[in-house]
Amino acid sequence: VILAVHIPDGFLSGGVAAVAWLAALAAILIALKVADGELDEERVPLVGVLAAFVFAAQMINFPVAGGTSGHLLGAALAVVMLGPWLACIVMAVVVGGQALIFADGGIAAMGANVLNVGVLGAGVCGGLLHALVGIRQASRAVYLGVVGACAWLAVMVAAAATSLELAASGTVGLQTVLIAMLATHMAIGIGEAVITVAAVRLVLAARPDLLAYRPRDAVGAVPVGATGAMG
Amino acid sequence: VSARKLLALGLLLAVVLAGAVSPFVSSSPDGLGKVAEQEGFLDKRETGALQRRAPAGGYVFPGVEPPGPAKALAGVSGALLVGVVGLGYARLRRRRAP
Repeated sequence: VILAVHIPDGFLSGGVAAVAWLAALAAILIALKVADGELDEERVPLVGVLAAFVFAAQMINFPVAGGTSGHLLGAALAVVMLGPWLACIVMAVVVGGQALIFADGGIAAMGANVLNVGVLGAGVCGGLLHALVGIRQASRAVYLGVVGACAWLAVMVAAAATSLELAASGTVGLQTVLIAMLATHMAIGIGEAVITVAAVRLVLAARPDLLAYRPRDAVGAVPVGATGAMG
Repeated sequence: VSARKLLALGLLLAVVLAGAVSPFVSSSPDGLGKVAEQEGFLDKRETGALQRRAPAGGYVFPGVEPPGPAKALAGVSGALLVGVVGLGYARLRRRRAP
């Protein structure tokens, strides 16, 4: 049995892999620039712990319907805790380590993998959280709903992007792969949402000030934007 | 709860997941693997020279024979390694006190 979390080499054409590398690289460079100086002293260790946790969680394949397994991607959790820019960086560190040390996910395909599980998820979750929680000062229930929804959506977006890349590479027909990928990842995304909401609730109960996005009634709430949220 | 305790809990959880749970997880193919199998492009997979020499390819810790412990060790060392890289980056780039 192959243990693989990401797209291996051979699935993508050289052109698609190169474009994805460029897009991922551009996003990471912007993230490095924007995230600079975003972290205060107390939240520095959070970046390391999240990278370790996302790496570990991606190894835990839980069974879903039809002889398939899924695992946490972790981008949504990273965004809620660190904001989208630092989340991109954490996801890139994880994907890079998996490819270089564990041969999980290709080298040529690394750009696509960083893009799919990191950058796109961070964009979707960061955008939604910014609009629905950051600006509107959401209640706790709405907040947790948005966290769960964006976790699910991040998985679906990753699956859709992977499908597009595979189809653009001529590996498989677009309609075939898109339907199959979205169908399997619908269930995987529910796992992602459940785990993400559980983890966020834990931090919300213990130390809401460690979250980049939090509901309006969180103890010790500070204005959003002060802790690395978008904008 | 101190931030330190919460962070320690997160780290402990990562080590337990990677070191104690990962050897026993579902061995069914994941979403992409399943679709690749169904649609018949799984065998397009290639492993380049660089990845054939990866220090712990396939999450097998070098020099450890039994698959369970090999994966556990690979998992824990991988989690700690990416954690250290993340921490190192964050320390370099933290907001300095004015």
